[in-house]
Amino acid sequence: MDISPSTTAPPPPPQDLKASSPVSHKAASRGATRPGDRIFLGLSRGSGILLLLIMAAIAAFLTYRASIVLSENEGNFLTTFEWDANSIPPVFGIAVLAFGTVISSIIAMLIAVPIAVGIALFITHYAPRKLSGPIAYVIDLLAAVPSIVYGLWGALFLVPHLTGFYSWLNDYFGWTGILEWQGGAPRSLLTVGILLAIMILPIITNVSREVFKQAPQMHQEAALALGATRWEVIRMSVLPFGRSGIISASMLGLGRALGETMAVATVLSPSFLINTSILDPGGGTFAQNIASKFSEATVQGRDALIASGLVLFVITLVVNGAARAIIARRKEYSGANA
Amino acid sequence: MSHAIDTKQPASTLQGARLPNWAPYVIAAGSIAVGCGIGLAGGLDSRIQWGLIASILFLLVTYLLAAKIEGGRQAKDRMATSVVWVAFLLAVIPLVSLIWETVARGMKVLDSYFLTTSMGVLADTDVGGGIYHALIGTLEQVGLATLMAVPVGLLTAIYLVEYGRGKLAKAVTFFVDVMTGIPSIVAGLFILSFWILILDMGYSGFAGAMALAILMMPVVVRSTEEMLKLVPNELREASLALGVPKWRTILKVVLPTSIGGITTGVMLSVARIAGETAPVLLLVWGNPLINTNPFEGPQASLPLYIYQQYANSAGSPAAYDRAWAAALTLIILIMVLNLVARGIARWKAPKTGR
Repeated sequence: MDISPSTTAPPPPPQDLKASSPVSHKAASRGATRPGDRIFLGLSRGSGILLLLIMAAIAAFLTYRASIVLSENEGNFLTTFEWDANSIPPVFGIAVLAFGTVISSIIAMLIAVPIAVGIALFITHYAPRKLSGPIAYVIDLLAAVPSIVYGLWGALFLVPHLTGFYSWLNDYFGWTGILEWQGGAPRSLLTVGILLAIMILPIITNVSREVFKQAPQMHQEAALALGATRWEVIRMSVLPFGRSGIISASMLGLGRALGETMAVATVLSPSFLINTSILDPGGGTFAQNIASKFSEATVQGRDALIASGLVLFVITLVVNGAARAIIARRKEYSGANA
Repeated sequence: MSHAIDTKQPASTLQGARLPNWAPYVIAAGSIAVGCGIGLAGGLDSRIQWGLIASILFLLVTYLLAAKIEGGRQAKDRMATSVVWVAFLLAVIPLVSLIWETVARGMKVLDSYFLTTSMGVLADTDVGGGIYHALIGTLEQVGLATLMAVPVGLLTAIYLVEYGRGKLAKAVTFFVDVMTGIPSIVAGLFILSFWILILDMGYSGFAGAMALAILMMPVVVRSTEEMLKLVPNELREASLALGVPKWRTILKVVLPTSIGGITTGVMLSVARIAGETAPVLLLVWGNPLINTNPFEGPQASLPLYIYQQYANSAGSPAAYDRAWAAALTLIILIMVLNLVARGIARWKAPKTGR
């Protein structure tokens, strides 16, 4: 219930203005003479514009630096399987990075979305009412842990504990080719995907939870009255209502997974080849490549990293923009900001 | 006995047969036991597999039993309940493991010496050293970022809620939302491109703080916006009707009403940026020595310290111990910020009018 005031709030300001339109006209005309009002409006509008300028500047500066180095690139930026950006002339391409980023994010989504939806349902429909608050808090705690700590935990705890799982996967599913394992340290895209899944769980859970909470009570009670089981109530009235919410929540999670840097940089052992098996080393991610190549990069090498960062920026912009557009289309979810 | 059964009879004809209430617990205990048994007997090293076997067993047994006794629909319902419970437990396991590992391994070297010593001239593989320099760096960078981000974020939120109409406000709302999702490394690259590569300013805590501010602004805007929207319009109207100018209404009526929620939002955003590593790695560079001036020269920072202790030490146990201890310090710092923020939120719960 505490969501509804904030979500019904967007309409009131215009209404309020309409209702008191003669007053506000006068106030506006008199406001122009009041220096305090003018300064305050100028300041607050100025900060809004500043935010837009920052976004524009990010795009502009990244594009500018990227254009310098891209004109000198000997390789094909999109298809070269190599990152030798410090040499003159530089040879680099993002094919491997794009592959690794996409694959690790897909793995993370495949693991995280079902579990997150399950947890969200658990909090809204299954957990004892007294427990659901603390449980939501525990999930928030997962979100508050910094990514570098996830990275440290992933590298020093998760990786050693995954060898058994890896050899099991290799024994039973190795024939697929995708889950084949040569026996190296399990610092591959699958491990990265598992770690990313843990990291994006909270955001997907929180957004879907807000949506499930708002599923119409009447529908649920009607279904119960017809003798539906709890699962049938959820399947027939909660999930259809929350579908677009789940989609946008997953896309917000995807945005996180695509841009995650430190956890990937500590866990993955990158390589500039593409491997069909997700258990063997192969691929890197955009963000991880920037973090690990940065310290030994020359100015030219940095520009190349900036060029790959620009690609990442555009991808996350599209993904997040789409997610927000879906949320905005169903305005009632606006309380579900993360 | 027969009498008791007789009284139950009508209920059971109406409801159909049901599994007793204790059935799920028994099945859970049984499948965990069998899972561990199979794990031990099969010599599987990974506890993850034990858990997987146990949970699959639990799901199967519950489904089959329920299908047999209660019928298909009830079985599906029980299946869904178990799946949802398993999903929740799966999420708790990594959290518990992460907290446990960090506390257990971090306590080893975390003491007052560790908190008050810098790395100085120690090599990364040596024993000793501490995080004093990194603590100073983190506090200064986060403080500077907060000083930059909070005014801009607050004013933007005020603009959106109190003044915002038309295309500009729509654009700002949309881009604030999109900005929330900017990867931290991209914010770092942006400051790198214009501050270090174009203006040629060199690494400093301030450069890192600028990138952190970019990450912090949208979060402050979003949380403040939500809080300002909760302020009832009657309060604004009452103040305006008394002839109070709009800017004074905002400063004296709207902001004080929502100050608790705004503070909470700001503290949560501080907690979020305090753990950011990527922009600090690109812009502050790291420094084993104490540098108290954030405007000049490389500094250290807590998250960056963790990364460098892990990455530059070639597996030295002393460095790993320091990394865990620093991680524990960082988590404690962030949890304290979170708890204080929640405390403020509860203490000054948003006043919704009615």
